[in-house]
Amino acid sequence: MRFTLKATLAGCAVLALAACGTPTDSGATTPAGGEATESLTSSSTLTVVTHGSFELPEELTDKFAEESGLDVTYVQPGDAGAMVNQLILTKDSPLGDVVYGIDNTYASRAWDSGILSEYQPEGLPATSVQFDAEGLTPIDFGDVCVNADTEWFEQHDLPVPTTLDDLVKPEYKDLLVVTDPSASSPGLSFLFATIGAKGDDWLEYWGQLKDNGAKVAAGWTEAYYTDFSGADGEGPYPLVVSYASSPAYAPTTEALLGTCFRQIEYAGVIDGAQNEEGARAFIDFMLSPEVQAAFPESMYMYPVVTDTELPEEWAANAPLATNPIEVSSEDIDANREQWIRDWTEAMG
Amino acid sequence: MLAALIPAAFLVLFFAWPAATLVARGFHDGSAWTIDGFRTVFGSRRTWSAVGFTLGSAALSTVVCLLLGLPGAYLLYRCTFRGRDLLRALITVPFVLPTVVVGVAFGSLLRRDGLLGWLGLEGTPVAILAAMVFFNYSVIVRTVGTMWSRLDPRLAQAAGTLGASPLRALRTVTLPALTPAIVSGASLVFLFSASSYGIVMVLGQSKYRTIETEIWFLTTRLLDLPSAAALSITQLIIVTIALWLSGRAQAHMTRALKLQPDVDAERVLDLSRDGGALITTLTVAIVLLGLPLANLVWRSLHRGGEFTVANYVQLAVEGGGSVSVWDALRTSLTTALAATALAVTLGMLVALVASRRPRRPLGRSALGALESLFLLPLGVSAVTVGFGYLITLNRPPLDLRSSIVLIPIAQAVVALPLVIRTLLPTLRAIDPRQLEAAATLGSTPWQVLRRIELPHLGRAVGLAVGFAFATSLGEFGATSFLARPDNPTLPVLIFRLFGRPGSENYGVALAASVVLAGLAGITMAAAERMRPKEVAAW
Amino acid sequence: MVSGLEVRDVTVKYGPTVAVEGVSLHVEPGTVIGLLGASGSGKSTLLRAIAGLQPLSSGAILWDGEDLAPVKVHKRNFGLVFQDGQLFPTMNVAKNIAYGLGKLPKAAQRERVEEMLELVGLAGYGVRKPTELSGGQAQRVALARSLAPSPRALLLDEPLSALDTALRRRLADDLARILRETHTTGVYVTHDHQEAYTVADVVAVLDEGQLLQLDSPESLRERPKNKQVAAFLGYRAFVTEAEAHRLGWQGSLETGEVLGIGPASLHLDPNGYEVDIIDQTLTVEDVEIKVALPDGQTATVSSPTKVDALSTRVTLAGGAVVPA
Repeated sequence: MRFTLKATLAGCAVLALAACGTPTDSGATTPAGGEATESLTSSSTLTVVTHGSFELPEELTDKFAEESGLDVTYVQPGDAGAMVNQLILTKDSPLGDVVYGIDNTYASRAWDSGILSEYQPEGLPATSVQFDAEGLTPIDFGDVCVNADTEWFEQHDLPVPTTLDDLVKPEYKDLLVVTDPSASSPGLSFLFATIGAKGDDWLEYWGQLKDNGAKVAAGWTEAYYTDFSGADGEGPYPLVVSYASSPAYAPTTEALLGTCFRQIEYAGVIDGAQNEEGARAFIDFMLSPEVQAAFPESMYMYPVVTDTELPEEWAANAPLATNPIEVSSEDIDANREQWIRDWTEAMG
Repeated sequence: MLAALIPAAFLVLFFAWPAATLVARGFHDGSAWTIDGFRTVFGSRRTWSAVGFTLGSAALSTVVCLLLGLPGAYLLYRCTFRGRDLLRALITVPFVLPTVVVGVAFGSLLRRDGLLGWLGLEGTPVAILAAMVFFNYSVIVRTVGTMWSRLDPRLAQAAGTLGASPLRALRTVTLPALTPAIVSGASLVFLFSASSYGIVMVLGQSKYRTIETEIWFLTTRLLDLPSAAALSITQLIIVTIALWLSGRAQAHMTRALKLQPDVDAERVLDLSRDGGALITTLTVAIVLLGLPLANLVWRSLHRGGEFTVANYVQLAVEGGGSVSVWDALRTSLTTALAATALAVTLGMLVALVASRRPRRPLGRSALGALESLFLLPLGVSAVTVGFGYLITLNRPPLDLRSSIVLIPIAQAVVALPLVIRTLLPTLRAIDPRQLEAAATLGSTPWQVLRRIELPHLGRAVGLAVGFAFATSLGEFGATSFLARPDNPTLPVLIFRLFGRPGSENYGVALAASVVLAGLAGITMAAAERMRPKEVAAW
Repeated sequence: MVSGLEVRDVTVKYGPTVAVEGVSLHVEPGTVIGLLGASGSGKSTLLRAIAGLQPLSSGAILWDGEDLAPVKVHKRNFGLVFQDGQLFPTMNVAKNIAYGLGKLPKAAQRERVEEMLELVGLAGYGVRKPTELSGGQAQRVALARSLAPSPRALLLDEPLSALDTALRRRLADDLARILRETHTTGVYVTHDHQEAYTVADVVAVLDEGQLLQLDSPESLRERPKNKQVAAFLGYRAFVTEAEAHRLGWQGSLETGEVLGIGPASLHLDPNGYEVDIIDQTLTVEDVEIKVALPDGQTATVSSPTKVDALSTRVTLAGGAVVPA
């Protein structure tokens, strides 16, 4: 990939040919609007818009800058939701050229509001079909699940719960801490999990959670490090909304795989980008084997290229859900606001 | 007047224009002007409860800060005892701590198995209130304390010889004389409390909403600009009323007061006389300020239940993620230096203009309005300004959105009000006769400025620099919208580390928080040493 | 039992500095004592000690024989007038004066305030704010405020020193009259002996914390205890009997005594002794002529007009007898 990327870019710079971006099937990779690749904009600088959790080893970002010959600036205007909304707000004069970190709960909103221009890179494996979203390239994914402090359950001689229904049983009273969906992204994912699982009865389910003493923390940090008993904060709650990957870093915990909502993170070329070429190169870079391999350790997500080798602890302690709970991106986009408002009314 | 134009232009460009543009967009649905936002927002019970909670919590926080802060001001600025300077620095540390750190420090104390869990305060408005007081206690202590230290002690003694008990003398003579400082401090606390976002989110467990959290929610989550704009206007009205009231009270009082710059009002601590103040202040310092800070330090020295300095070692050697702590520290320091230079330069210009003594009442009220205008950034949501930047500073030559320069600029906007509040009293304390004397001796206004006012100002600048530096060092709200992954400031790095799993990240984040707190403490202690006697801060 | 105020062997220290050292005084009820001394002499410290604002290092302050050590400032019922008034800036004049009248009913308070304003010559000033008063008016109000609760003693700490000379003289007369009219027991601190003579029945001269002399203004003027006291009272030149006679003095001195020459000791006299004029200063009332005495010391003599010559003739009409 390293060599091809360099060669491709060099070729583009000199020839500016259609062949550059799309050595295979050009129909699959040109934007839906039928825009020809010759008209790709290009510049010596590239601005990457990412969410607040973006982090890659410096060697990798340096390498990208060096090999592409681009002067790369990363901007980080908040979490995924704030980022998408800022991109929508700045549609007329885009914040950057390429965006990374839009997740599946914001994917259709991003596309529908016209802030993206389509690009389908060749590096995407066939297995990623399940993650398809219009105008966006899946880069990584993970599961938001309830995590349990298994040690605590052993000590208290209580079976570890497995399903959402278990969480409202009296034996698990005052054990769960969730995060606020209006402020935290895992919180929102867990809200979607309950909606996907409970359908129209989801508010009722939350009423039961509340009655069963579920605590609402503002964000993941507060929930995981202050309230959860299985992490270093050694709090009093043995159940917490976190990620399926978290147990890789806390061996005495496990994710309840029956409670998971899948979070997929995408990259996309921003509509009106000054450097579409560079934007595409960045997306290709995000799919490169080195970057994919770096995802677990750097951003705690699973690489979308599924044959990438995972770190040992991940293989051992952080399995993915086989049947994550699903809610369609369109459904989410249509109802997000109402759901959050309903939730706040019910829990506040 | 040119001197006022530069800072005013700065404020317009980097505060008023962005905020107003975003708000305006909320009132314009693309084709026509509309006030639907108001109808929607104020038709909802949720808004009214947010407005109520904002006003209620801010007012209560102000009252509690005053009740606890007045004895503190007396003890720390009127009495001398060993360790006083240390205590003064300690109480200022919370003021510059990022909310995420406060969340960790408070949360683990208040949770049901925490050291203070038996109080049952977790998730209650009392916890929010406690954190607001934690943040703002020092504001009252400093504002009132610096004035108290210059208040002629003979005033209270006069009351004593007329038969007034110490308590009556305090109530009827000393406190009324301190009203300008009390009003000034209280208005700051009210503004800080009313606009606090993180504290309400982290400690309120989503049960409590304020205007500020609603604006964040509506703007960042829903991009519901009409509703957000309606709330921003509401916030602005509340802030303006608060500033107007405080300005009026101050103008009313300041004229009547004769301060003694050279009176040495400090006296040795006397347990029988000052016992009450001592106990109150120590209780606040130990329980409210000390415990959370100590909790932070204690936790930073543990990993996996073991006592260790590993977190600090790792922080120093590896840093957080791909960024070394030294880089973050350097970014923080350079950003803070730039922000400080900006804020202090502009603040000096504003203070010089606002300290003029116009003869006409119209001129006087214009200057009062000018001063209040520069305090507005304290009361307007960071998210409104941050999102405003995106749609205003978006065309060359002002396309600064992805520029690193915007971070110190945003921080300077936040620090400017404090700088002005620090410098103005010094300039106003210059005896007008001194200026008149210089003028009659044939000095031009420029020479008066250079020979008399600037040297005077020079002594207060040290303190202003300290405030500006510490404020921008800890600033997170505005910075978080402008952050850069490759060179984060220390608070941004801490926030990111706390967002990652694994005991190492947690530990390093704690260690970094302690470093930040220490840095803030040292800055404030240094500023305290540079503090000239006649400066009534804030 | 000693009635009135008694200061018994009082010492006050600030850390290692001794501000007042072993001073004993007695103030009869209804009389005024002046504490006279230069700045740093300890006179204000002693006053603050009497008021209870300054703890004693040793000794005792007594009233009618009762030791005041356990009595707090606000229970002593001593009024105190400060150099710069210390009027409460947040209250108007009437409220200031009524401050110490808390126990009286409102109507009685109003009456007392009117009475006090009348006494200090400021009737009708009750609604004014302290900032609207001149320095002299402010001091009158301060005096009225202190007198209003009828304190058993009034302590005055250089009450006139912040005012200009002419006003000071006039107010000193007023003050003396008011203190006598109200039969107030007073302690009056000043560095101006003229003021002390006007107001006080007895004057205590203090220097470096020690009591140098306690006497009536007359004896103080005529017989200062030593050169130090005399110098403080304005006797700048000291001459022997022979020298004094040369200048035209008629009196006589015992062995070991000298004559102190003060501002009023020399008179212009066309038949007197010729002295060189060093300098002439115009004052409100006269011209102060500084002259050189035969032995080189300088003294002043008052003249109605400026003298247009290099020398003038004087006679030594009086002076203070001082141990050499």
